[in-house]
Amino acid sequence: MSVPLLEVRGLALAAGGRILVRELSFCLNSGETWCLLGPNGAGKTTLLHTVVGLREPQGGSVRLAGRALEDWPPGEAAQARGLLPQTTHDAFSASVAEIVLLGRHPYLGRWQWEGAGDREIVRAALRAMDLAGFEERDVLTLSGGERQRVALAALLVQDPPLFLLDEPVAHLDLHHQVLVLEHLGKLAREHGKAVLFTVHDLNLAARFADHALLLTPHGSVRQGPIGEVMTEHDLSYAFGHRVARLETAGRTLFIPE
Amino acid sequence: MRRAMLIWLVLALVALTAFALALASGSSHLAPLELLRALAAPGDSVAGEILFKLRLPRALAAFAAGGLLALAGALMQVLLRNPLADPYVLGLSGGAAVGALGAMLAGLGSLFVNLGAAAGALAAIVLVFALARRDFARQQLFGALDASPRLLLTGVIIAAGWSALITMILTLAPEAKLRGMLFWLMGDLNGAESWAPALVTLAVCLAAIYPAARDLNVLLRGEALAHALGVRVAALRYTIYLVASIATALAVTTAGTIGFVGLVVPHALRLLLGNDQRVLLPASALAGGALLVAADTVARTALAPLQLPVGVITALFGVPAFMFLLMRNPRKA
Repeated sequence: MSVPLLEVRGLALAAGGRILVRELSFCLNSGETWCLLGPNGAGKTTLLHTVVGLREPQGGSVRLAGRALEDWPPGEAAQARGLLPQTTHDAFSASVAEIVLLGRHPYLGRWQWEGAGDREIVRAALRAMDLAGFEERDVLTLSGGERQRVALAALLVQDPPLFLLDEPVAHLDLHHQVLVLEHLGKLAREHGKAVLFTVHDLNLAARFADHALLLTPHGSVRQGPIGEVMTEHDLSYAFGHRVARLETAGRTLFIPE
Repeated sequence: MRRAMLIWLVLALVALTAFALALASGSSHLAPLELLRALAAPGDSVAGEILFKLRLPRALAAFAAGGLLALAGALMQVLLRNPLADPYVLGLSGGAAVGALGAMLAGLGSLFVNLGAAAGALAAIVLVFALARRDFARQQLFGALDASPRLLLTGVIIAAGWSALITMILTLAPEAKLRGMLFWLMGDLNGAESWAPALVTLAVCLAAIYPAARDLNVLLRGEALAHALGVRVAALRYTIYLVASIATALAVTTAGTIGFVGLVVPHALRLLLGNDQRVLLPASALAGGALLVAADTVARTALAPLQLPVGVITALFGVPAFMFLLMRNPRKA
């Protein structure tokens, strides 16, 4: 078996003096799509930020492709993992093409300017996110969902082996929710990527992820194949709200009581 | 890349034109031919004397100060990710003003006024740095993903403190010294004969920050994303602050607190050229320099023999010009 793209061992997370996760260990392998579930404030974003190196864990270790996170030079790490932050804030106007082109940053030398090949990669990413023809639009004129897809396109252009996405389908209409998650699933299945995304829609999680990581408000974690984690009992416990699980027309549906 | 070169070339020509105007204008009229002859062979003709002792040093000082301010403004806007940021937003001009006005109040000569300005600017830089040190290094506040607002607030509060001190000095100052103080505060190139330090600093600052220009583009998208794309965020933010501060300090020491250049030039260029810092930073330096050379020429000739503070001219021309750009491009406002 090959080295996991992400290996988390004994991770402890805290924020604001509160312990969020006591001990978390899991491996993300090439070809896997994981959803990260949990109520508000359970530590989903904190976990993603820790994995990406934005904050120190309280304990435990993170390894990217077999190498300890702290041993990765920033430029190389940017070719090993990419992050879609929950919010990006644009203060200045810029064209969609310029923003998405920033995803090529890790691959360009200090004095190198983007070339025709980079622009072609940008166009392909925009097409994949249903943004063909948006190249010259000003990001400040876009809707929230369109901006979200621009940020996703920039991540596609970065094209890391490991995708970390904080609420990738927030602000998206249902068509684009499915389009985005289908595309991420395809990247895992057909291109050997590993994907970890947070999501609040349990039905989308069950449909597109093959594994789940469920954070509870009490510091414990459930993890494993999606069908084993997303049970009525565990989901109800984690969210503090009764969740019913229905099987219908070959799909698994979750309905809050 | 070719587009960038073309833009810089055009702006360099604009700057040269501004220089030509500055050298040709003044109380004693020099014909173009006379001007060229004096430039080619200075000798000790009256024309050569005027050019090399008065007009050229002053034009060079104006160019350097304008370039430094515009460069610092562009950098501060990136550092704070705020379009309203200018070189003075973190209180540097206040510190410099307190130093310069303090020296004037004590009746010291122009050398000490410059030294006072430099010392005040340095004090302001160190003060902000010491108070907001953690905000440079902090990658993200929980939930906010952005350390800029705290840095901005720290700077704004310190600036308010300086401005209280300035008002106090103005209140204590005898009538005879008030005029000089107000001119300094408005920004004034009268008697600015030391252009070399500012010009060298402009070149050094541009050379220091230019290799990181694409990193700045990424940083504009937020600290978290910049980190994920391989930018050493904390080190970059320190560097931006340091370069912008040194640039501002030298500009203020050379010419007082000239307003508007640092805010408006980067913005106007952004509206015209887009927001790629690789193009924008050198363009800001050239355009800021050209603007101040032209503005200073107007300041010393418009109401001659009366000399206006150049800051009045930059504001009077800058405000309508900027409004025009904004109106023309409403979607980009």
